[in-house]
Amino acid sequence: MASTSITEPAVTVAPAVHDDDLATPSADAQRAHEDRQRRRESLLRIVVPAVVVGALLLLWEWTVRANNIPHYILPAPSLILKTLFDNWDTLSSALWFTVRLTLLALAAAIVGGVLLAIAFALFKWVEIGLFPIAVILQVTPIIAIAPLILIYVSSTTAALLLCAWIVAFFPILSNTVVGLKSADSNLRDLFQLYKASPWQTFRYLLAPSALPYFMAGLKIAGGLSLIGAVVAEFTAGTAGKETGLASRILESSFRTEIPMMFAALLLVSLLGIVIFIVFAALSRLVLGHWHESEMRRER
Amino acid sequence: MESTTPSTPDAEAPLVRLRNVGKRFANGTLALQGMSLDIGAHDFISFLGPSGCGKSTALRLIAGLTRASSGEMAWTGGAAARTDRDLGFVFQEPTLMPWAKVFDNVWLPLKLAGMKRDAAAPVVQQVLEMVGLSRFADVYPRELSGGMKMRVSIARALVTHPRLLLMDEPFAALDEMTRIKLNNDLLAIWREHRFSVVFVTHSVYESVYLSNRIVVMAARPGRVIDEIRIDEPYPRGEAFRTSSRYNAHCTAVSQSLHGALHGVDIDH
Repeated sequence: MASTSITEPAVTVAPAVHDDDLATPSADAQRAHEDRQRRRESLLRIVVPAVVVGALLLLWEWTVRANNIPHYILPAPSLILKTLFDNWDTLSSALWFTVRLTLLALAAAIVGGVLLAIAFALFKWVEIGLFPIAVILQVTPIIAIAPLILIYVSSTTAALLLCAWIVAFFPILSNTVVGLKSADSNLRDLFQLYKASPWQTFRYLLAPSALPYFMAGLKIAGGLSLIGAVVAEFTAGTAGKETGLASRILESSFRTEIPMMFAALLLVSLLGIVIFIVFAALSRLVLGHWHESEMRRER
Repeated sequence: MESTTPSTPDAEAPLVRLRNVGKRFANGTLALQGMSLDIGAHDFISFLGPSGCGKSTALRLIAGLTRASSGEMAWTGGAAARTDRDLGFVFQEPTLMPWAKVFDNVWLPLKLAGMKRDAAAPVVQQVLEMVGLSRFADVYPRELSGGMKMRVSIARALVTHPRLLLMDEPFAALDEMTRIKLNNDLLAIWREHRFSVVFVTHSVYESVYLSNRIVVMAARPGRVIDEIRIDEPYPRGEAFRTSSRYNAHCTAVSQSLHGALHGVDIDH
């Protein structure tokens, strides 16, 4: 087969060039203008929320000082920060414990959720048999099962992990199942036509098709695993040396150390925010170049 | 394709032979009834008919994507039996993987056959050049227009150098200008590389312009009611499209097709 082109390439590609790359001077100026506008907007996207949060904190600080509100009722933000730094040793080890618990539960949820999803997608009867159980685990409030789990599982850490896992794994499972089943039927036919092996079909078709769904599930599961970890620890109480932020909150509530409660609460919130940002960024990184959900719309 | 000598096309040895092939779906619908057809080497055959006439079903049967419930279908072309690479399939939608660049989409059939990227690269580049997209190997499908996506789809179907290209209303969703251009380009590629085409369409004009044989089909049950030869020389260009002979063919095919529609009314 000769490598001759059957039409003049210039003619053939003309529509696309016309659509996208029409680089007249005015188009360049237009583009530069749009770039500036986009940069300004992305800057404002950070500045505006920061200003709002800062203003609220100032208002809080001012209210507490102006009305002489005692710190055991409502501590000022400055006192919370001071408490945070003064007790950094205890708080940081509690933070580390909660981080570990959350991430371990999330990792287990990813592994369990994805493996189960693959089994569901490949074997109809596995899905029919096991899906109700997954739903039961999901719909029963974790706070209601946690005491039982703490009784049956001797290791507290393992029990906490199990609680956080139960909460986090369902969104990954259900999203990945839907994703694996959502592969384009014509592409499936194409893979069949070229006699792709089951592994090739999974690797090159099903897995990429499921990825956007999995990422959506992961974003939900990230937040849920933190909630699961905190709730489980609340239920477990403050027993033991190895304890997390939830235990610090409970503990300081017993002692009415309200600034300490707020400091621990602040760390829980920050952890949740970091988890959210990390997974949002990961999702953008993985899907940004092709999937609608993560693409910036032009114009 | 490199291995075929130009003198092989020969009416005695059809590529695929269908004898009395029928397809009944699990729900009892008779999608196709008693279809017999020889697909010759270097034929350009159109399946023309209203929706529900079984033309897409027939195409999927030939592709092996669905099994006939009666009759026989066999590859008889030449000494070699059918291999996986003997078929190319173009769907109505471009059916590209959105997560993969144009190069990777076109590479797919070779990749599934175990060919490494480096080994496949020259072949991929070559077919991209054939469809006029050599400069677009490195972009994602979403950056392309509808017509260009369809070109990628055609390049992917041709990358294995198939002996038979099956196309299921490939240009139905495109605008008229793009469609005419793609018709011309497809004819040029077909003439140069001498594979056979089965082209499903519901456009009389498209089928007359492209094919040397038109299989006219009717619905309920899906069946062949006529075969019309368009004995006009290739290359066919604008001169042919505006000629009175073209119009005469279109009229003849339309009449045959309307006979089919009328026949349905009598049946019910």
